[in-house]
Amino acid sequence: MKSKKLFLVIAIAVAVSGVGWVAFGNLGENLVYYWTPSELHDHGDKAQGAIVRLGGMVKTGSIVPGDPLTFTVTDGTAEVKVLTTEIPPAMFREGIGVVVEGTVDSNGTFESKRLMVKHDNSYKAPTGGKMPDQKEMFGTLADDDAANAGKTPVAAGTP
Amino acid sequence: MSSTLSSRVTAGLGVLGVLLLCVGSYDGLFLAPADRFMGDIQRIMYVHVPCAWATMVCFSVSLVGAIGWVVDLGVKAKRAGVGAERRWGWDDSLESSIEVGVMFGALLCVQGMIWAKPTWGVYWTWDPRLTTVAVMELMFVAVLALRSFVDEPVRRATWSSVATLVAYINVPLVYFSVRWWSSLHQVQSSTESVDPAIRIPLGINSLAILFISIGLMGLRTRLAALNREALLAGDDAGAAAGGAS
Repeated sequence: MKSKKLFLVIAIAVAVSGVGWVAFGNLGENLVYYWTPSELHDHGDKAQGAIVRLGGMVKTGSIVPGDPLTFTVTDGTAEVKVLTTEIPPAMFREGIGVVVEGTVDSNGTFESKRLMVKHDNSYKAPTGGKMPDQKEMFGTLADDDAANAGKTPVAAGTP
Repeated sequence: MSSTLSSRVTAGLGVLGVLLLCVGSYDGLFLAPADRFMGDIQRIMYVHVPCAWATMVCFSVSLVGAIGWVVDLGVKAKRAGVGAERRWGWDDSLESSIEVGVMFGALLCVQGMIWAKPTWGVYWTWDPRLTTVAVMELMFVAVLALRSFVDEPVRRATWSSVATLVAYINVPLVYFSVRWWSSLHQVQSSTESVDPAIRIPLGINSLAILFISIGLMGLRTRLAALNREALLAGDDAGAAAGGAS
């Protein structure tokens, strides 16, 4: 009975200190899902080569369609130029939050292998009667396989 | 007697929940406006968000069961005054609430992935919210696995209570993950960020899925109690038979 109680006390202590460690310790700094453009600049040369994630807003007027598609990701203070050959999700537009996964070259240009669009926590009815185009929306699902099928050999050839 | 009554009440709540879910989903699918940017895919929130809340509620019930068992175990050690029926009630509700919670958690992940592909562009990414939910789900599955490996009822209840106390750390982590760390998943919505016409079906379905989860937990608790009673009776019979021979 005594050892059982001791076991319980230790387990509860571990649980409580686990939450405390995560909440108040440095773990948050080591669990980084993405860097902002400022953080990416702070890491300088160290950011080059490795696969990193960059998060921020798509700068207004920066989207240049084409292959590769280019745009600028900003956090208000710093900016990073991003190029991608991927077809962006239908939600992709100026001023929206994005997270891109890829590598930084020596010029500081971010080559994205994966483009993800962030949706904020607002849910609003459309104003002015304009509805999103559903075909275009679900088109990303259909296009994906075709686009990836064409890209795979290229990706395999460039390590 | 009382257990039959309470399982009837919870079963009734479950039926009411199914009816409410029909009303809320009709509102959500046909009457409420679609989101201005996401379009119809946003409507998955009418089940995704309620499932997330139900998962949290179920795991919180299991935390109460775990604390109840541990406290009663301590009390019993001091003065053997706690009724066996109440003590076992904690363990029965722990078993049922984890099972129902794991089910809603699995639904939550599938719904989220269906929504994420057209919105984010990917089904899955190792974002803090998604990662913490995956860890939470796996740890509660591990508690169920632990239960299935321990046959002795008292030991099973104690071990799974302790495991539940540890696994429960994940629940606040999941909730705060979107605030503490930069994530792809959006933070919690507020009343200002959601249109009233979208809030109505969300509210109805949240209540509906809460009722359904209570109904399922009630029925599953009754089942757990019957199983455990049979197991204890079998043990007694076995012990008696062992003593006689």
